[in-house]
Amino acid sequence: MKGKAWKFGNDIDTDIIVPGRYLIYTDEERLSQHCMEGLDPDFNEKCNKGDFIVAGKNFGCGSSREHAPIALKGVGISAVIAESFARIFYRNATNVGVPLLEAPGISELIEDGEEIEVNMEKGTITASNGEEIKFKKLPPFMLEILNQGGLIEYLKNK
Amino acid sequence: MPTMSEKILARASGRQTVEAGDIIIANIDIAMTHDLTGPLSVESFEKIGAETVWDSSKIVIPFDHQVPADSIDSANNHILMREFVKKHNIKHFYDVNAGVCHQILPEKGHVLPGEVIVGADSHTCTHGALGAFATGIGSTDMAMVFAEGNLWFKVPETNRFNITGDLKENVYAKDVILHIICKMGADGSTYKACEFAGETVSDMSVSDRMVLCNMAIEMGGKTGLVEPDDKTVEYVEKRSSKPYKVFKTDLDSPSLNIIDIDVSDLEPQIACPHNVDNVRPVSEVDREIDQVFLGSCTNGRLSDLRDAAKILKGNKIANSTRMLVIPASKEVYLKALDEGLLKIFVEAGALVSAPCCGPCLGGHTGIIGPGEVSLSTSNRNFKGRQGSSDGEVYLSSAAVAAASAIEGRIVAPE
Repeated sequence: MKGKAWKFGNDIDTDIIVPGRYLIYTDEERLSQHCMEGLDPDFNEKCNKGDFIVAGKNFGCGSSREHAPIALKGVGISAVIAESFARIFYRNATNVGVPLLEAPGISELIEDGEEIEVNMEKGTITASNGEEIKFKKLPPFMLEILNQGGLIEYLKNK
Repeated sequence: MPTMSEKILARASGRQTVEAGDIIIANIDIAMTHDLTGPLSVESFEKIGAETVWDSSKIVIPFDHQVPADSIDSANNHILMREFVKKHNIKHFYDVNAGVCHQILPEKGHVLPGEVIVGADSHTCTHGALGAFATGIGSTDMAMVFAEGNLWFKVPETNRFNITGDLKENVYAKDVILHIICKMGADGSTYKACEFAGETVSDMSVSDRMVLCNMAIEMGGKTGLVEPDDKTVEYVEKRSSKPYKVFKTDLDSPSLNIIDIDVSDLEPQIACPHNVDNVRPVSEVDREIDQVFLGSCTNGRLSDLRDAAKILKGNKIANSTRMLVIPASKEVYLKALDEGLLKIFVEAGALVSAPCCGPCLGGHTGIIGPGEVSLSTSNRNFKGRQGSSDGEVYLSSAAVAAASAIEGRIVAPE
């Protein structure tokens, strides 16, 4: 997977990913229009399918709203790479098919807007200068859930 | 040697023992979803293709986030949820007139010690105040629970906060938990069960213990817990006749990390924008405020309304400030009405609204605009949480909120 990295800081909460006033919607299209709106109102426009989010520690802290990973999926984010993730968000993102990659040191290595490459099999992220960082590889069953597009599709196809 | 979380999860998974780190499948005693996360849960449930829910008596559905409906979209969500309730004969449904989910669940006897409770809301950890293992989950997980009645969990390690010392006057459970979150950081208890213990907690009412457990998630906690005692038993036996089992933590458990917290010198605390762990003593915060919100699943209970009314009685809210009071449930509302508390708020110049989540998550009522500052007794002060991303939210106890409303700026109660 190759794409542009959109960089954010520590403790990116679910209210930033999708503000509470949009939780009345459940569809990917409408939720994605407001993705990361609090920090970057044009994020939905700027982000291309296949791009990555790179962030600091505790990404996805806060509420249990599954609207948050659905919005990230909607804008076309292919994976979120962070120093660490919050618990409920981790489960929700996997359940809707958004890969979360835990890579300590990532926020030091990658600059905002940089083109990066992720190899899920090898568990590596390569920066534009060729420097490589490892992430905790996902177990096979989790990769399968993500490949199928989420837990429900996975169970249906099983 | 297990912790109470390990004992509860062993019971719920039909095993003799489980240890922190084990992945287990636990049977769910109560599953809760509300009007805002419910529609996604129902959509996912329908995608699974299950014909019926696993047990219509174990699902609780309160409407609280957008009540009464404030738009056609939220009215549609309510219609969808009411149809689901009817179709699946859900026994415990609370429509727009009942109150906030985390107040209703314990109040109506749906929470018992030793149970496993899941809610499609992150503040489900509140219910551990009665000795249950209660945790927030997403909508897909909730749909799986609706279909199967169980869910996989990683058994958590435990951070046990041993809290000692007498609280000074005008210092409350809210100040204690803000102090702990500041010490631990926003991810300081990620994946951990957070137990609150010690003489200070023993002296606290069930309501105060709910404040502690409610905010365990704000340091990443999987759940908040308090070991049941006589106060717990008195609370639950007034509300439920179902049998239950009490579990306590063995202090020699290898998965237990004990953290001592002395609160005897603690002063009122304020969480400043835009993170809950950005906490300072009230004496170090000087900020004019546009709006005060007294309510929510953290501090919208009768004791909070009493604390605030004591300060507001005979006083007026500052001209530059507006105050919104929202009792957490119908039961709280009626008692506040009987005690004359609502009259005190109205006479002081506050708006009193029907039970709901209110401005807490910025989705319904009392939304703040650009540049505005809110002082709130709720649990989150994230950027944009109560409306505009250019607004600010500060968090405090009910007493600080009331005293600050009179002055129009953040102050300690005298």
